[in-house]
Amino acid sequence: MSPSYTASPFVGKTVGVTVANVSKAYDNTMVLHNVSLEVRPGEIFCLMGPSGSGKTVLLKQVAGLETPTSGEVRIGEFSAADPDIREKVHTALVFQAGALFNSLSVYDNLALYPREHRMGTEAEIREQVMHALAILSLERAAERMPSELSGGMKKRVAIARALVMEPQLLLYDEPTAELDPILSATISEIIATLREEIAVTSLVVTHDRNLALGIADRIAIIMDGRIRATGTPADFHHHPDPVIANFLNPVIDPKNPRFKQLENSHE
Amino acid sequence: MNHLSAIFGHIGGTLLLLVRTLKFAGTLPRQRARFIEQCYLIGYTSLPIVTILSFFIGSVLALQSGYSMENFGAKQFIGTLVGLTMARELGPVMVAILIAGRVGSAITAELASMKVYQEIDALVTMNIPPERMLVLPRLAAILVMMPVLAIIANLCGWYGGALVCQYTHSISVDSESYFSALKTYMKPRDIIDGLVKAEFFGFVIVLVCCYIGLNTRGGPREIGVSLTKAIVTSLILILVLDYFVTKGLLLIS
Repeated sequence: MSPSYTASPFVGKTVGVTVANVSKAYDNTMVLHNVSLEVRPGEIFCLMGPSGSGKTVLLKQVAGLETPTSGEVRIGEFSAADPDIREKVHTALVFQAGALFNSLSVYDNLALYPREHRMGTEAEIREQVMHALAILSLERAAERMPSELSGGMKKRVAIARALVMEPQLLLYDEPTAELDPILSATISEIIATLREEIAVTSLVVTHDRNLALGIADRIAIIMDGRIRATGTPADFHHHPDPVIANFLNPVIDPKNPRFKQLENSHE
Repeated sequence: MNHLSAIFGHIGGTLLLLVRTLKFAGTLPRQRARFIEQCYLIGYTSLPIVTILSFFIGSVLALQSGYSMENFGAKQFIGTLVGLTMARELGPVMVAILIAGRVGSAITAELASMKVYQEIDALVTMNIPPERMLVLPRLAAILVMMPVLAIIANLCGWYGGALVCQYTHSISVDSESYFSALKTYMKPRDIIDGLVKAEFFGFVIVLVCCYIGLNTRGGPREIGVSLTKAIVTSLILILVLDYFVTKGLLLIS
C-alpha cells in the first residue's frame, strides 16, 4: 500500500449520504419500510443485516441503480434521482461478484472509465491505471483476463477499478462474501486504508461481523427492511437487543437447530 | 389484455432505446474501434454462410423453375425469374434470417449475460451509457454491412442459378442467355428495393435483440429465455415487416 493515490479535483472532497424515509416495493412486496440513515462525509459506515433483509436493495437506491418507491436519497447536496448526479458526484460501486467486464483484460477494465470520459492521453491513463493497480498490489495481473483471477483478486480488481473513478463515495456490496478469513481481513484493511489514503466516504453492505466491528466508524443493522439499530462498533459488542445480539454472536446448538424452529413457525 | 399491454410496452421500450441510442450518434467517430469490430463480427464472419446458402437458394430456384417453365416454353426467362426473386425477395429475407440466427442471437446472449452478471449495472455506475457503448456501434455496423451482404447474396444466387441452368441437361440454358434475360428485365430499382428491405430488416433485428438482451431479468437461465425470445421475435418481425415494406415500396414505385 505504499503509493498514495494521485489527487484530483474530486479526490478528497468527500460527501455524505442521507437516506430519508425510503421505501421500496417490487410489485406488491415491500422490501424497504421507511428507512432513514445518515452517512457522514469521510466515515466508514457499515450496513449489516441477515440475508434478504434489504441491504443490497438499499445500496442500489443509493447507487442510483433503482429509484425508491417513496422517500429520497441525497448524496451531498444532490438528490440521487438527479439525472446528472454522476457528473456532480463521483460514486463508485464495488459489486459483490466484482462485475468485471469478462471480455476485457484487467488493465482494460480499469482503463475503460478514463478512456470513455477522456481523462487524459493514453500515457496518462496508463499511469493512472498502474497506480491504482499498485495500491492494490495487482501490477502483475494487469494483462490477465478476469476469468483467470481468483475470487479475492477479482474483488481487488473491482476496488482498483472503482479507484480509477476518483470516487468521493465508495459503495461496497458484500466485499468479503465468499472469501476465506485471511482474504476477508485483507479486504477490510484495504477499505480502511483507502479511507486514509484518498479520504473517501465508504458505505459497506456486509454481514461480516469482523469487518464491521473492526473498521467501521458507525454501524446500522437492518432487519426485514427496517433499521433496527444504529451505533458505533462499541455499542454492538454487548447489545441489549437479543435479536441483534443473536445475529452478531449466533450460538450453534445442534440439539435445538434454528431451521427446525423455522419449520415449526410456519406450521 | 395483459399480453396486449405487454406488447405495446415492449414496442415503446424498443423505440425508447432507439431514441436514447440516437442521442449518442455524434460519439460514433470516437468509437471507430468498436464499430470496426462489429462490422467484422456482423459482416465478415457471416460471409461464408451467406455465400453458401444464397448460392444454393439460387440453384434450387433455377432447378425448380427450369422444369416448370419448360412446359410453358418460357425457359429463356429463368434468368429473369431467379434474378428478380433473389434481388427483391429471397436475397434480403434469407440474409435477414441468417443475421437473426447468427448475429442477433449472439448480441442478445452477450448483452443478457452482461445484464445478469451486473456488467451493465457497472457501466451505469461508471456513467457510461450502455446505449452509447453497446447499442450504437452495433446499429451502425448493421446499417453498413446489411447492403453488402445482400449484394453478395444476390450475386451468389444469380451465379448458382446460372450454373444449374448451364449444366442441367433438361434445362440447358447457357450463361449468356441466362444473364441476358436477367439484365433485360431487371431494373436498378429492383436491386435498390431489395437493399432497402435488407437495411430495414437488419436495423430491426439488431434493435430488438439489443432491447431483449438489455432487459433480461433474473439469473443465468433467463439468458436462454431471452435468446429464444429474441430469435422468435426477429423471425416474426422479418416476415411480417416483409409484407408491409414490400407493399410500401411497390406503392412508392
